[in-house]
Amino acid sequence: MIKVENVHKSFGNEEILKGISTTFEKGKTNLIIGQSGSGKTVLLKCLIGLFKPEKGNIYFDKKAIQNMDDEEQRDLREEIGMLFQGGALFDSMNIEENVMFPIRMFTKQKKSEMRDKVNSVLKRVNLENVNKKFPSEISGGMQKRVSIARAIVNNPKYLFCDEPNSGLDPRTATVIDNLIQEITHEYDITTVVVTHDMNSVMEIGESINFLKNGKLIWHGDKDEIFKTDNKDVTDFVYSSDLFRKIRDVQNKES
Amino acid sequence: MGYIADIGSYFLMIRKVFSSFTKKSVLRELIFKEIDDLIIGSLGIVAFISFFVGGVIALQTALNLNNPLIPKSLIGFATRQSIILEFAPTFMSIIMAGKVGSFITSSLGSMRVTEQIDALEVMGINSLNYLVFPKIVALMLYPLLIALAMFLGIMGGYMAGVYGGFASSTDFIQGLQDDFVPFHLAYAFIKTIVFAFILATVPSWQGYYMQGGALEVGKASTKSFVWTSVLIILSNYIITQMLLSS
Repeated sequence: MIKVENVHKSFGNEEILKGISTTFEKGKTNLIIGQSGSGKTVLLKCLIGLFKPEKGNIYFDKKAIQNMDDEEQRDLREEIGMLFQGGALFDSMNIEENVMFPIRMFTKQKKSEMRDKVNSVLKRVNLENVNKKFPSEISGGMQKRVSIARAIVNNPKYLFCDEPNSGLDPRTATVIDNLIQEITHEYDITTVVVTHDMNSVMEIGESINFLKNGKLIWHGDKDEIFKTDNKDVTDFVYSSDLFRKIRDVQNKES
Repeated sequence: MGYIADIGSYFLMIRKVFSSFTKKSVLRELIFKEIDDLIIGSLGIVAFISFFVGGVIALQTALNLNNPLIPKSLIGFATRQSIILEFAPTFMSIIMAGKVGSFITSSLGSMRVTEQIDALEVMGINSLNYLVFPKIVALMLYPLLIALAMFLGIMGGYMAGVYGGFASSTDFIQGLQDDFVPFHLAYAFIKTIVFAFILATVPSWQGYYMQGGALEVGKASTKSFVWTSVLIILSNYIITQMLLSS
């Protein structure tokens, strides 16, 4: 579980996060949604330690990261898996080396054991026979799956995903969303997903945090989001013509 | 004010490069890869430029020797002095600022843009040690490249001077040996080490801390070349003043 308490973050004179407080629960896919510029990615980067909040606390299973020394922070980071928006696979390494990277860095396993582990996670994300290919030789969807494999290869306790299906076709995006949710349940980890894609919200939104202008203005799940009368949330949800049409049909039926 | 912040950020980067070391076995592989990219990959261009510039120095000297009282051995002497004191260490380093420096800046810049550096940091790896330290170690072999440049530059001068009919082989070799000061070699290699450190760290700083997209990677590479060259020229002046002027 990750608890965020009154987190503030500014860049220059501009305050991006204005006192965010929320909880990301274990065993659930926790979504952070909102329009571009609402502070979603900044909050995610505060969670993973790339940005340091000026005010507020972030707790990983009751341990405040502000009070951790360098070694404790390094230990914590070994428990984190991260799926970046573009995959962030290392261009100079092939797929096997990319996935093997966290094991090589933090464990002293034999090469054969590492290879077995890599093959098993690649199989888990439905990728086989790509070990010797380079990231530039596979599709965007496959890169995302390799990135998920790299994120889970060290059995993390926390998985963070920054817009995991951006740039993917709707079908591949659904595959990636479902994979993230399955892995969350299977490994019983705390997963935080930043997205502005309503399809993802409908697929995997077990716990949803809606941000607007750096503030958390709504929290609920995928069923509640369609029932809320919060205008900011409904404006966001029904900005898509498809969702407006679904609402109109539902209204007619009822 | 911005320059002072940049200088501070550069020295903070250097401090971080030498802390939280990456696993030895991984670091060893990275160092060999950097030696391949930065040193072995530069052999061709260094050999080509050195040989022909050495030849041109000999030709220019020979063509300007109109007074019959000046011995032909001066061609060898001038070639040796020009190549050892300035051409090989300093001007070859400026050429390397274009080749190696731009490569370092653009590769780190691309890694920044595509969040690969963030990925390293999130994994708890000191990305500066992982990415920059192997480059510094690899470029400590840079004096070997400069030694090759010296040898080939003088060979080029010999070929142009002797086979161009401007001096006999004996005269040229005599010129190479005249008034030879061994400390000049030490001076050349001392400054080569300093230039190697500049070549590894200034482009790394430009690439690592760049912000933006593909266009900014290009801009950072250009800035990296300019600043690396400026620092090489400035440190060349200071080292020469310190080591040769007394």
